[in-house]
Amino acid sequence: MSTDRAETAARLRELLETEGDSVKANTAVFNRGRYDSVAELDDYEELKDRAREIKEDAIERLPELIDELTESVEENGGHVYLASDAAAANRYIEEVCLEAGAETLVKSKSMTSEEIEVNDHLEQAGIDVTETDLAEFVLQIANEEPSHIVAPAIHKSREEIARLIETVFDPDDPPETAEELTMFAREHLLEKVKAADVGMTGANFLVAESGTMMLVTSEGNARKSAVAPDTHVALAGVEKIVPRFEDLAPFVELIGRSGTGQDLTSYVSLLTPPVESPAVDFDSPDVPGFGGSDAEREFHLVLLDNGRMAMREDSDLQETLYCIRCAACSNTCANFQHVGGHAFGGETYSGGIATGWEAGVHGLDSAAEFNDLCTGCSRCVPACPVKIDIPWINEVVRDRINHGTGGEFDFLVDGLVPDAEEGGPDLQKRLFGNYGTLARLGSATAPVSNWVGSLPPARLAMERLFGVDRRRPLPKFQRETLVDWFEGRGGPRVSAVDAEREAVFYADAYTNYVDVGRGKATVRTLEALGVHVRVPAVPESGRAPLSQGMLATADEAASAVYGTLAEHVDSGRDIVVVEPSDLAMFRSDYEHLLPERSFDRLAENSYEILEYVYGLLENGAGEERLRAGQDRVAYHSHCQQRTLGLEGYTEAVLERLGYDVLTSEVECCGMAGSFGYKRQYYDLAVDVGHDLVDQFERPGERDRVVLTSGTSCTDQLDDLMAREPIHPIELIAPE
Amino acid sequence: MATTHTMGAFERSLAALDVGFSRTDPDGFEAALSDTITEPAVGARLGFEGLALPESVTLDPSPRELEEAVTGVTAASFAVAEYGSLILPSTPDGSEIVSVFCDHHVAVLAESDLVLDVPTAFARLSEEVGEARASAIVATGPSATADMGELVRGAHGPKTVDVLLVEGL
Ligand code: SF4
Repeated sequence: MSTDRAETAARLRELLETEGDSVKANTAVFNRGRYDSVAELDDYEELKDRAREIKEDAIERLPELIDELTESVEENGGHVYLASDAAAANRYIEEVCLEAGAETLVKSKSMTSEEIEVNDHLEQAGIDVTETDLAEFVLQIANEEPSHIVAPAIHKSREEIARLIETVFDPDDPPETAEELTMFAREHLLEKVKAADVGMTGANFLVAESGTMMLVTSEGNARKSAVAPDTHVALAGVEKIVPRFEDLAPFVELIGRSGTGQDLTSYVSLLTPPVESPAVDFDSPDVPGFGGSDAEREFHLVLLDNGRMAMREDSDLQETLYCIRCAACSNTCANFQHVGGHAFGGETYSGGIATGWEAGVHGLDSAAEFNDLCTGCSRCVPACPVKIDIPWINEVVRDRINHGTGGEFDFLVDGLVPDAEEGGPDLQKRLFGNYGTLARLGSATAPVSNWVGSLPPARLAMERLFGVDRRRPLPKFQRETLVDWFEGRGGPRVSAVDAEREAVFYADAYTNYVDVGRGKATVRTLEALGVHVRVPAVPESGRAPLSQGMLATADEAASAVYGTLAEHVDSGRDIVVVEPSDLAMFRSDYEHLLPERSFDRLAENSYEILEYVYGLLENGAGEERLRAGQDRVAYHSHCQQRTLGLEGYTEAVLERLGYDVLTSEVECCGMAGSFGYKRQYYDLAVDVGHDLVDQFERPGERDRVVLTSGTSCTDQLDDLMAREPIHPIELIAPE
Repeated sequence: MATTHTMGAFERSLAALDVGFSRTDPDGFEAALSDTITEPAVGARLGFEGLALPESVTLDPSPRELEEAVTGVTAASFAVAEYGSLILPSTPDGSEIVSVFCDHHVAVLAESDLVLDVPTAFARLSEEVGEARASAIVATGPSATADMGELVRGAHGPKTVDVLLVEGL
């Protein structure tokens, strides 16, 4: 296990160096484009809701839609083959080619064709296959795999492509600029299109009622591939079917914006094959009417199951089938931006949702290769046009991987940790998954625990056994917990009778045992604003085990937390939370872990601290009781806080009190709970963290007080910057 | 007839896409088209009453003529103002082929065929493509790729596109 970690670390370091720069530059363009282009849509949220509804309904009715589509395509004069797996699909496509007497086939980009590896299969059958999408063409001559589901050669720079073309084709005048490279490829590929006997495409959507397929492209190669040869084979997963033609409308507006940040891609083909355009017979170059071919057009639709119908029956993986493969979840992901799909991907698919696809079509082993790179930061969730809970799918699959592989040293850990996992997760995951218990022990034995924990032999042992990277400073546990301090001071200082509101402040494990300061500041602020505050001991939220894929433990934690807080909620008390990752549990993840009514009650009554302060101020609480100031501050909002749409409250409160606020633009600080502690991910986490540091270290910004709302972001910036970050509540709390 | 609002939106969208735009009427059509095309040119029948392509545009081209042509002239079924998108139908005389194989595409659009937004466009597509079980391309700007390191126009399809709007049609 310890050597595995070293290997993973080395592989990630290599990709950071070789492919990271290109991936980062390109995904940054897509990501910015997405923010800009969805901002122009007045009805973005409604379009997403509509898209989601259509997909839910379609997957629900999939068997009948497959029949309806088959009928439509056959009525139109085409053929449909439902392939149970990759081998069946390949066999059928090969037969179609052989019957057409085909020697050559041109293809447009299709991830589904990568999934079945049709190129290898056809090549073995003696058919010459050419990828005509420029990026796929580059990969085909480089003999590499896609690193992104929409822009498959995103990891390659222009210089690398130029060198590759020079080596492979040895042209007299080697193309250099992007323009020259494109024209070189265009000409080379036109000859292939002209010679092709069969054209093969994917399909982004298939309409059951009419047999129409929708293809979303930009280059025009898919148009040529579908129309020039007289035989057209389209390969698509069964999940691509939608019932009606008009169901395509929201997707047309969403898919380009979500993926590459274009309002619409250059070409949206709406083909109801066989198409009416004549085939072009380039073998009769001088015969008018496009060569005068009188061959009947042939159309074959290959619908691929390959695990999809089983995913449909799997309540956790089912959502994956709503995916329209736009790649927004790759582009938004900080880890993906730094290492790309060659690390953050399995056999075929890459990015956040790839865990679902790989688990469904190739199996858990393929998902296990990269699943841990999803840190659950959740920045992909608001970007997904069909509103898939991508982190949840990652956590569920992680749990399955944990329990499928069998843990090591179970006898040792089972006795030490209170989790509900039988066998399963490896030591590293169990260590971090039980953070709450560790923090309690650490605090009870502080400061000795801090001294011992920082000694080189202890760090070495922790690295070997648990994979805790030696370079990462450990949290410093406080002997006096927040709950003890609160009791020690005599409990609430604003009596319930005098108070406008009553609140329960949730003392999360970090605030209670490590960053007690932000907890005290919270209590002081709330009391200054006339709130009756209680700080009861409440169990850990379950965030730590959930992030390690320890679902049973997280589930128990959710019940325990709800058991403790329900009475307060019933008594009309507000639940105030300072740690965004715990608030995200209450407001979103508990949806999977608690009964619906319990989830709703807790979610509706929980508030992020600055959101709560904002509400109090809006309702007339005395703003003069808080610490105002003209300080210049640099604020980084926790990823999950932003996904909940809550960063704006902090900015508003700070600005109201007179502060000059600069807000970070990065998706995530890179630390993501335990991720940045893990030996295999330390370098990546630091690399990601530097994006944020660079922004706050720009000339003219170095005097700003650094504010962070999450534990992870605080630790990460504390480790990477000279300025020590504080929570915004510590800035505004009265003395 | 398109409202000023729709027309304004269309012109802005086309400008943002670097698509050329000019207007004419049936009488001035031939002259306006000649100004727009670069020979050799090929084309597909427009299907608008009283509007024919000039001699300089070869209809039903051979594969060689198709390949050697600089400009391809075809009719757009209709256009979507907010996006600057052209709906290019698949027809037996090769309209779609002409619109994708040539370096320069000139789309002829009747003024009455300009609609404002995607919902309106989809209502029409539902009929003309879905119900009719026909095929069409929604083309927005020239063909493009960023696969070679930066944005390049004219990947496999046209490098430049011009829209010629015919008023009063
Ligand atoms: S999961 Fe959502 S964001 Fe990711 S590729 Fe699929 S549709 Fe796009």
